Amino acid sequence: MMKWLGLTPFALYVLIFLAVPSVLAIGTGFFGADGSFTFGNFATLTDPIVLGSFWASIWISALTAVVGAILGGLLSFALTGAKPGGALRRAIDSASSVLAQFGGVMLAFAFIATIGIQGLVTVTLRDTFGIDIFAEGVWLYQLPGLILPYLYFQVPLMVIVFLPAMESLRREWAEASATLGGGAFTYWSRIAGPILAPSFLGALLLLFANAFSSYATAAALISQGAQIVPLQIRSALIAETGASRANTAGALALGMLLVMLVVMIGYSALQRRAARWQR
Amino acid sequence: MSRGSKPAAPAATVSGQPPTWLRRTILIVLCGLFLVPLIAMFEFTLRQQGGGYGVEHWTALVDPENSRMYRNLVKGIGNSLLLAVITVGIVWVLFLPTIVLVHLQFPRLARAFELLTVLPIAIPAIVLVVGLAPLYRIIVQVLGGDIWTLALAYGILVLPFAYRAIVSELQGMGAKTLVEAARSLGASWFTVLWRVIVPGVRRGLTSATLITAAVVLGEFTVSSLLNRVTLQVALVEVSKSDPYAAVITSLLSLVIVFVLLFGFASIRPRGQRVRRPPRPVQQKKEVGTHG
Repeated sequence: MMKWLGLTPFALYVLIFLAVPSVLAIGTGFFGADGSFTFGNFATLTDPIVLGSFWASIWISALTAVVGAILGGLLSFALTGAKPGGALRRAIDSASSVLAQFGGVMLAFAFIATIGIQGLVTVTLRDTFGIDIFAEGVWLYQLPGLILPYLYFQVPLMVIVFLPAMESLRREWAEASATLGGGAFTYWSRIAGPILAPSFLGALLLLFANAFSSYATAAALISQGAQIVPLQIRSALIAETGASRANTAGALALGMLLVMLVVMIGYSALQRRAARWQR
Repeated sequence: MSRGSKPAAPAATVSGQPPTWLRRTILIVLCGLFLVPLIAMFEFTLRQQGGGYGVEHWTALVDPENSRMYRNLVKGIGNSLLLAVITVGIVWVLFLPTIVLVHLQFPRLARAFELLTVLPIAIPAIVLVVGLAPLYRIIVQVLGGDIWTLALAYGILVLPFAYRAIVSELQGMGAKTLVEAARSLGASWFTVLWRVIVPGVRRGLTSATLITAAVVLGEFTVSSLLNRVTLQVALVEVSKSDPYAAVITSLLSLVIVFVLLFGFASIRPRGQRVRRPPRPVQQKKEVGTHG
């Protein structure tokens, strides 16, 4: 009996700071400004602008997840030859952590300095090569401007998630394949490919979830409009009209959670499949 | 260098291993691309008002005359450091004992517990903040509006990272046997935790501490929407009037955190390889407890 007591502080903490806010976030969507129960807030989810922001969130997450997974996968592939404790591996591991878990707002500034109106790359391309990347308008502070900064944290996350799977490929498998006369193509298409597929797809979903829930980079970059769902929640939360919009934020939050739920279920299914080969 | 015309040496390139030239090309191209924004940040901070390069924006940042302009930034840095310390405290005092307890005493809860620690990833911070806003209106009344209360929300955000870092070390050290031995010799739970577990998971705990600090120092979503001044909130604020100060501070933060993480990764654990049980034994045991 005593030992159950040891769990209570943590249980209470999680109850107050995870369970209560989650329930409140979802719950507020079901109440009107006057406190009465209603489904009215969910009408916002059929608003073309809100629907557009969901669509934008989904395609930008999907695009940066696919490109991030491919580039991060290539980088992991290139790193398998590096010594696990070597300086190169340590540098890439640390840099990946910094960009994927610490960057946020600062990555937005990095790209303002790079491809902003006065950015190094913008100016170099314009003055040296005569290429104006903003010939059709400044897109950095719009939706397309999110793609490069997002990739800047998606690729490192892919390395963090996928490199362990890449390293679990045993040398013996490649040797067995070679002994039996298999070439590189056979090895990758018949052995390594199928083994890595669940890990790769799982990582892809995690990257999608990561971009979909990301707020800081977009908030720092886009100050006007609310092109993606997290920014819709921002404008609902800080709206001057007050309480009524908090309920809209709740409805938007529920919409986001539903998308996340689908993604995370897929992720955990793939994770279980991937675990088979990592024993 | 006739690589292709030497079929007599098959062992040199097993098909699973990428050829060196390909590895190098991928590494150089991708790492090069990833350095561009950092170089651009540095170049940006060196631009002078009237054209040309110099350090005027760097010296302006430490100039006492500008201290009023950067007051909020300094406050944000102070607040974020304080929050990092308190959140690390939560990890040490609350998370570590609970993780150890679940691992040793309630192995059946382990899966549910693991699922719980994934929730803060599945529930985006921007969703959580919708519920944290009304919660904090109550917290402000009960505990006051001081900045430290924000660390209570941050603990949840770092839970997934802290859990993973600690639990992998815990499984690696063969905690169960060691704890039983210590208990049978009459050690109290506190002694076991402090003198057996903590030294055993030292590496995982250090990495949990570093990642916690990194996540807290980089946090923006919750603090900005709850109107608290943290490093990132102050950065966005100052960037509107003085982009140079924002870029300098960002670049410094990124480099400092990188150096910290890299430095930690470079510390070789003393005699760890000898002390640890060999891997196959540990994994067999793990399969056994699950089955």
